[in-house]
Amino acid sequence: MINDKLTGLVLDEPLLWEKGSRGRIGISIPEAEVEKAKPDKDLVWEGPDFPELSEVDVVRHFTRLSTWNFGVDTGMYPLGSCTMKYNPKLNEKTASMEGFISSHPLLPDNLCQGTLKLMYELQELLCEITGLDAFTLQPAAGAQGELCGMLVFNAFHKKNGKRRKKIIIPDTAHGTNPASCALCGFEPVGLNSGADGILHPDAVREIMDEDTAGIMITNPNTLGLFEENIKEIAEIVHEKGGLVYCDGANMNAIMGAVSMREIGVDVIHLNLHKTFSTPHGGGGPGAGPVGVIKELEEFLPVPRVEKNGDKFILNSDFPLSIGKLHAFHGNYGVLIKAYTYILSMGKDLFDVSTKAVLNANYIKENLKDVFHLPYDRPCMHECVFTDENFEEYKVSTLDIAKRLLDFGFHPPTIYFPLVVHGAIMIEPTESESKEEIDRFIEVMKQIAREAKENPDILHNAPANAKVKRLDETLAARKPKLKG
Amino acid sequence: MHYIPHTKEDVEKMLASIGVKTEDEVFAGIPSSLRRKSPLNLHEPMSEWKIIDRLKSISSEMTPSSEKTVFMGAGSYLHNIPSVVPYLVSRSEFTTAYTPYQPEVSQGTLQAIYEYQTFTANLLGMDIANASMYDGATALAEALLMSLRIKKKTSKVAVSKAVNPYYLKVVEAYFEPTEFELVYIPFDENGKTDISKIENTDDIAAFAVQSPNFFGIIEENENISKACEDKGCLFVSCFSEPFAFGLYKPAGLYGADIVCGEGQSMGIPQSFGGPGLGMFCAKEKYMRQMPGRLCGQTLDKDGKRGFVLTISTREQHIRREKATSNICSNQGLCALTSAVFMSCLGKTGLKQIAEINFNNASWLKKKLVELGFEERFKGSSIFNEFVLKAPDGFEKVWKKLSEKKIVCGLPLDKFYEGFENNYLFCVTEAFSKENMENLLENIKKEVSND
Amino acid sequence: MKEINELNLPENFLYTEQHEWAEKGDVVKVGVTDYAQDQLGDIVFVELPEVGDSFEKGDECATLESVKAVSEMYCPVSGEVVEINEALEDEPGLINEDPYEKGWMFKVKVTSADGLMDKAAYLEMLKGA
Repeated sequence: MINDKLTGLVLDEPLLWEKGSRGRIGISIPEAEVEKAKPDKDLVWEGPDFPELSEVDVVRHFTRLSTWNFGVDTGMYPLGSCTMKYNPKLNEKTASMEGFISSHPLLPDNLCQGTLKLMYELQELLCEITGLDAFTLQPAAGAQGELCGMLVFNAFHKKNGKRRKKIIIPDTAHGTNPASCALCGFEPVGLNSGADGILHPDAVREIMDEDTAGIMITNPNTLGLFEENIKEIAEIVHEKGGLVYCDGANMNAIMGAVSMREIGVDVIHLNLHKTFSTPHGGGGPGAGPVGVIKELEEFLPVPRVEKNGDKFILNSDFPLSIGKLHAFHGNYGVLIKAYTYILSMGKDLFDVSTKAVLNANYIKENLKDVFHLPYDRPCMHECVFTDENFEEYKVSTLDIAKRLLDFGFHPPTIYFPLVVHGAIMIEPTESESKEEIDRFIEVMKQIAREAKENPDILHNAPANAKVKRLDETLAARKPKLKG
Repeated sequence: MHYIPHTKEDVEKMLASIGVKTEDEVFAGIPSSLRRKSPLNLHEPMSEWKIIDRLKSISSEMTPSSEKTVFMGAGSYLHNIPSVVPYLVSRSEFTTAYTPYQPEVSQGTLQAIYEYQTFTANLLGMDIANASMYDGATALAEALLMSLRIKKKTSKVAVSKAVNPYYLKVVEAYFEPTEFELVYIPFDENGKTDISKIENTDDIAAFAVQSPNFFGIIEENENISKACEDKGCLFVSCFSEPFAFGLYKPAGLYGADIVCGEGQSMGIPQSFGGPGLGMFCAKEKYMRQMPGRLCGQTLDKDGKRGFVLTISTREQHIRREKATSNICSNQGLCALTSAVFMSCLGKTGLKQIAEINFNNASWLKKKLVELGFEERFKGSSIFNEFVLKAPDGFEKVWKKLSEKKIVCGLPLDKFYEGFENNYLFCVTEAFSKENMENLLENIKKEVSND
Repeated sequence: MKEINELNLPENFLYTEQHEWAEKGDVVKVGVTDYAQDQLGDIVFVELPEVGDSFEKGDECATLESVKAVSEMYCPVSGEVVEINEALEDEPGLINEDPYEKGWMFKVKVTSADGLMDKAAYLEMLKGA
């Protein structure tokens, strides 16, 4: 039996507005050295309702809050399709170097050679890793990368004389894909994967036409399976003048194993906060660079970094560019972290993917006797189980997920992808050792036993977290979004 | 490589367990014809020490704002950040967590977002705020699209030309593939949006202005609000410098329907323009049309207060192509950063520091005028930025100063016609009187050398 | 989830394949069935049509939101909306508690009410599903 009594000291902490006292302050005010100016009194006000706290109050408040969180540094975080790998601390150190952190985005080129050089080199590295020809670093997250890609599709067809209306999106694609399409004015056309969990060329042939701008594929897909027919599918799409977009959120499975260019991909986005180890920050910031083939480079956002002799310059002179997606250069701080990671790994990025896939297959093989595995074939970086074996005990995926918390594991992604009922999607990443994975497997098996023998333990889980299960219905029926 | 924990023995055992012989066989899911033809053409893994040297060398090729010689804002501002802010925010329980989809183990992130939403709504004088957008520019683009969802029967939005031109570029990119039209409203000789021009603009869902605007000028919010009411369109107000609301009334107090902008000034380093923070507020009645995540208060099974992400049916993972936006990852850690920063400020700190910004800018403006610069827009209220027309031939001086790592304002000629030799200056509380005197001395020296 | 024999399906109502109900008559109340509310779970928000809107049978006319899902309601009859149940604005949970009485959604002045099932036919359909 693995012990589930993992509680430590959990201190309560009120909202900021419930503590503090008028007259306290938590910041040092600079000396007033110039004379006071008089603002127009009709335009000024007394200021917003902010609580007043001492520096110690602020430190204790946020330190206590932090202890209620679970991060990759707390324990294994096998959240499928999110690639919660270890975030190296070196990345944080380089990203906070004074020259980077304190640089104005509109500096003249001669005063920002460092940041431009790093952008240029990172673009080159991402080209080599994906096999594509040019990259933009501007998109601030994966979903914005998708939007960028869709805008490139749109610009491409516009240049060729006819805008197209539709985009093909498989049922195993990421949830953001249809929304990104719609934001760009495209109508998403659904494509079902086959009984084997992957896409089939005939299904694409049936719907691909000359009013369809292209296809958006997630590869490996959200079932953790490699799209074996992608090259043939790409040919079908290309034949009708369409383009192939790959959601590269799952790039961690195939670095050095597959060249996106060689399998027919025209546009890809990467999630630096997944594959390239930058921390997710409880929701962001991420970065979603977009790579394209040579023929599409002219459409990328501006400004573009170029090398001119030994100098780096920003060039905005691309008349067919889709314009700008961010006021400046995107989430630059995140780029530094990803660049640092790629320097650390170098050609061992292939080893990263190998171990990520090894870990996922190891979990799949060791749990498939206990948990229902809807697609029993070699998986890539993640594997998808369901709660089917526990239906008769009225135990659901949600209960299993919550019970994992009691053992100090973050739950996998649940109820996604939608094509699998009650999905439990596990992505261990390469960061986890065999010992840790063995412990995870043991805990999953124990939970499976509990589900049959004492399902109430699962229904009442988590027992050890800061709060019990929360009433989401109440939150949505009577929204309270502000203290 | 020390980020990968597998020993040779581990690998062998694991391969045996999955029933394959070599490591390469783990890629059995990929047909051999689709395997990459050549291995990654990358360098050998690099040691931590070599990487630090390399990055130090790259970063040393920069002119950091912290040297206090860059007198430029235009959407990115140098403010003092107390040591506690980066210290607290770098706690790895915050940084290494994912989006709080499992609320029981994410209460730290969730309560902090809830507090961020409260700070932001209060700062901007609005009912509610979301959990953040990418930056000020995308926040504005999304606000305009949201207006068109609310005013279903309209097809245009009116946007002031005095909005940060980089924001306008982003709005244009977001609007290009849609059937909607952007109508630009010019600014007048005072550097303020020419509100009278809205009268002849019909079929608009919203009228968007920025205050302080790109020229650093406070817009006539009361008149804009009234014009919007007359037109029956939404009043959208954006900003790039939220510190201004420590001194000046925010647009929410004038009845704005959506207020959004860049929150970088609230404790987030400039970092070459990102990551920053898209702040986004609306009136409560428009909650269900808002983009992005919302954090709300609720109770747990035992009746204890807790927080969850809520009203999620607006979002991409549920409503898919009908979602209010495609945003998923946002700027969560930056929102947390600004919440920590605003906690440090408190009401008093915010006001006092805002006043120093205003005092410094007013002083520097006066001194530059004494040096022969001319106010481009006289009589308009400013916060910490202002536009001056430089003495003739100043372009050369500007360039020479830049070689000395001094940035003497942002040249505006590339943004607008008729702005040759006009510069947008910025100075904040982070600059001492000595820093400003240095700038003045250097200008004097170069002008007389010229 | 309820078993089929636990469902409350009033005799005198008409039903659709998409789990809406309508009263019989010229001006009728419409709503969603006990089966539909049970499948959706706790309803947290309802978007109703406006008085004066006209629908053909099968048109999307309202949306029901639970915490993690959105469902469209298709109009069970053709006609014009003459009244909406404003109580649902503050208490969408009425649909869960009482889908046929307090949880009615809107009233339609009917122009056509063809193609609807009686209770027996609807129940047959559910059993087949």
